[in-house]
Amino acid sequence: MAVYSRREFLKGSLAAGAGLAALGGLPSIITAQGKEPIKIGVLHSLSGTMAISEVSLRDVVLMAVEEINAKGGVMGRKIQPVVVDPASNWDLFAEKAKQLLLQDKVAVVFGCWTSVSRKSVLPVFENNNGLLFYPVQYEGEECSKNVFYTGACPNQQLIPGAEYLMSKEGGSYKKFYLLGTDYVFPRTANKILRAFLLAKGVPAANIEEEYTPFSHQDYQTIVGKIKRFASGGGACVLSTINGDSNVPFYKEFANQGLRSENAPIMAYSVAEDELRGMDTSALVGHLAAWNYFQSVESPANTKFVKAFKEYAKKNNLPGGDKRVTDDPMEAAYFGVHIWKQAVEKAKSVEVDAVRKAVYGQTFAAPVGTIKMHEYNQHTYRPVLIGEILKDGQFKIISRTKGNVEPEPWSKYTSPDKGCDWINHQGTYQKKA
Amino acid sequence: MTRRFLLLLLLLVAWLAGPPASHAQSPDAGKALGGLVIDDADKREAAIAVIGGTRDPKWLEFLGALRDGKVYARGKGKDAEVVIGGARSTKGDADVIEIATAYERKPLGVVPLASLTEIAADRRLRIAIKPFLEADETRTQLESADPETRRGAALKLGYQAAAAAAPAVEAAIKKETVHNVRHALEEALALIRLANGDGAVRILAAQTLGALHSSDAMPALQTLAADTSASPDERAAARTAIREIERWGLLVRTVETVFQGASLASILLLMALGLAIVFGLMGVINMAHGELMALGAYSTFVVQNVFRARWPERFDAYFVVALPVSFVVAALVGVVLERGVIRRLYGRPLETLLLTWGASLIIQQGLRLYFGAANVDVSSPTWLSGGFGLMTGLTLPFNRLFIIGLASVSVAAMYWLLFRSDTGLRIRAVTQNRAMSSCLGVRAGWVDATTFALGAGLAGLAGCALTQIGNVGPSLGQNYIVDSFMVVVTGGVGKLAGTILAAAGIGGLNKGIEPALGAVFAKVAILIAVMLFLQRRPAGLFATRGRNADA
Repeated sequence: MAVYSRREFLKGSLAAGAGLAALGGLPSIITAQGKEPIKIGVLHSLSGTMAISEVSLRDVVLMAVEEINAKGGVMGRKIQPVVVDPASNWDLFAEKAKQLLLQDKVAVVFGCWTSVSRKSVLPVFENNNGLLFYPVQYEGEECSKNVFYTGACPNQQLIPGAEYLMSKEGGSYKKFYLLGTDYVFPRTANKILRAFLLAKGVPAANIEEEYTPFSHQDYQTIVGKIKRFASGGGACVLSTINGDSNVPFYKEFANQGLRSENAPIMAYSVAEDELRGMDTSALVGHLAAWNYFQSVESPANTKFVKAFKEYAKKNNLPGGDKRVTDDPMEAAYFGVHIWKQAVEKAKSVEVDAVRKAVYGQTFAAPVGTIKMHEYNQHTYRPVLIGEILKDGQFKIISRTKGNVEPEPWSKYTSPDKGCDWINHQGTYQKKA
Repeated sequence: MTRRFLLLLLLLVAWLAGPPASHAQSPDAGKALGGLVIDDADKREAAIAVIGGTRDPKWLEFLGALRDGKVYARGKGKDAEVVIGGARSTKGDADVIEIATAYERKPLGVVPLASLTEIAADRRLRIAIKPFLEADETRTQLESADPETRRGAALKLGYQAAAAAAPAVEAAIKKETVHNVRHALEEALALIRLANGDGAVRILAAQTLGALHSSDAMPALQTLAADTSASPDERAAARTAIREIERWGLLVRTVETVFQGASLASILLLMALGLAIVFGLMGVINMAHGELMALGAYSTFVVQNVFRARWPERFDAYFVVALPVSFVVAALVGVVLERGVIRRLYGRPLETLLLTWGASLIIQQGLRLYFGAANVDVSSPTWLSGGFGLMTGLTLPFNRLFIIGLASVSVAAMYWLLFRSDTGLRIRAVTQNRAMSSCLGVRAGWVDATTFALGAGLAGLAGCALTQIGNVGPSLGQNYIVDSFMVVVTGGVGKLAGTILAAAGIGGLNKGIEPALGAVFAKVAILIAVMLFLQRRPAGLFATRGRNADA
């Protein structure tokens, strides 16, 4: 009861805050005559465990802002980024989000990486009608009108990765070892993958599921299990192992005499930025599924990669021009541009107007032209399968013809649910 | 669709069995190129079958380029020319690309990208290309100079079990000299015969597979044993082979689990040894032990980088140099810590605990400032990569064998030092009665410094060894410190034998229950077991008794 009343109180105070913000914000926009800069928030961990991944997202968002400002800004107004550090601490994420929305009165926030940090800021954005662009692939099952998800849904990464391995082109694999770190993304991802595999007629005996703690280093037993599982051929590993556990895993895999011919590993959480500063020799030949790789060949991507390296060098960021780009970075980058285009279309930075303008917005992203969904807050993106190379880059071995439509509610685990903010109010029950 | 596939398969088989193609350009393939330009999937697939059928390396290279989306058509309609695209660049506003002819790769200059149409390799086309490229790849791999690559090819052929590959495998067996590659090839051959031969051949193949202890043959043998259309002899042979393989599998699993337990125990022992010495002999709870390990790991990283820059041809030797260097670096920092601050706080365990914890934060942040927050990359030397094939189905990784050896040597050296040398005598004397030792002329301060340096150096050594199995980052120490303390406390303070026994017990127990419970619950179970054990015996396995213990 005590918790409930506190939450009620919080809601009330937040609503009041939002009201004040609206009152205070309006006249300044009118009187500034296009001279006042537009504030945007950047909410990525710059310290703590997640800093390794999230700092790059801050960098790429700031680069996009610089690009836009160099071309005259948005509607003649410059963008002024407000960067805060939630320090890999999810309570602090909510605090900082509140600060950005109520105190700094930013028009939009670009941020978050882990699902738990997103879940933590979600009520803040919903209660204050803020706008968040979330750039990382995630487990789906969410449909908030205050968030635009520019990363992949399960059907844009998990399922295509498994489908590729099942296809004749991928090697017609029949046995699947689902291996992950023990937290929400791998658990949900494997739930969806299992439902998908069962629906495709893979017998339950051919699916194995296993989890390890965070920063697990001793993969002896698991590799031994995989070896027995893979005997007879036709087996593969679908890995949602997170972060630095990957090096000991792949090393042990190679050292026990297993090769990608025994069982290829399809990784869902290994991208170029994580491979930076890793000894990649044991990873070579294994696979990863993403919506973007730095090795995508297109003039737009060449420009993007070059621009980022130059930006890193110019601003003396650690790593300098050795920095790489990857999927979440691309998603964070085009998120800023999508928002800019939507503001220009809506001729306003007001959240509801911008949201409507984002629907159906397209942008020539480095990977190709991507499109925001017409009503479900997610993004149409192509799916790519890459093979890990010695230099930590990926050789693209398969790519969908066009963009894949995002499905926040997987049809394998929640066939009765849909996400629609035009004809429905968010998540709705589909009619049978 | 099936018929087309069969045709393709037939072509492929004919091609595998056929004589090697001459290296002159085949006129058929040249003509077939025209089929690629037409936007009709059937015609394109037929064209690929003809081009791939030439087995000409240059044509196969062309198919590879086609799969990668680097093939373009220049011109329109039937007269279009098929070209291969090279490097792209931008000239003014337009994107331009270098092109070359399809077969000879004669450069045709640089043309605007807009003047070409890409021949898109869609899924169907890529599937059609794949068998040709793969068969070629496997063939090259079988002849590779690297035994591991040859073994990979043998594995693949065994899994595919295609009759057409048998002659190539037979030829490879005759030439093969490396034992485990030969084994893999024999296994592949038997698998192929089991899948494709007649009754008598199958019985022989099943017997061979049983004798080879081939776990890869289990599914095929099980199918055969359950196949009612096979003769009773065949099924009996399959059943015998299955029994043989299963018995072998049980043996492999037992040895494997024992080895894994030993490996984990040796890692725990190496980590805890230095802590046990400092804790046991000096009564200092060294919270900075983990960070001293991190210092050892980073020293290894620095030595590696020096070798990479100065003597790249002797890179493999870096680890031999890194071992003493990491010991010395950590020991020096240990001496500075001990002489600088810890000695002022002897006999006040809580204050030293707080102090060493503070020191650990300083070292950690220092490493983070200097080397960056991200993990650094420490490559394994080639002699620590891969593994030793002890028996069929069991490979013992070299890095783990090395750590077991290092831990044994360290323990032996510590025993000798403490119980057989003069230094050890002094250390033990100071531990037992500091005032009396000082009276008899032992320089207690110097002994303290030596002991602490020894413990710190062992931590550095452990850090160096750990670079071969784990990650190196500023927070490395924190990942290991809890486990180290668990071993020392379970073993009983002040007894080396207790530390050794505790490491072996915890390591063995962990690996024994992990296959059944999984990594997460194995860890939980170990912690509960240690808690319960300490409830029964608060002083650990080997309790130090007597006057000294109460002091």
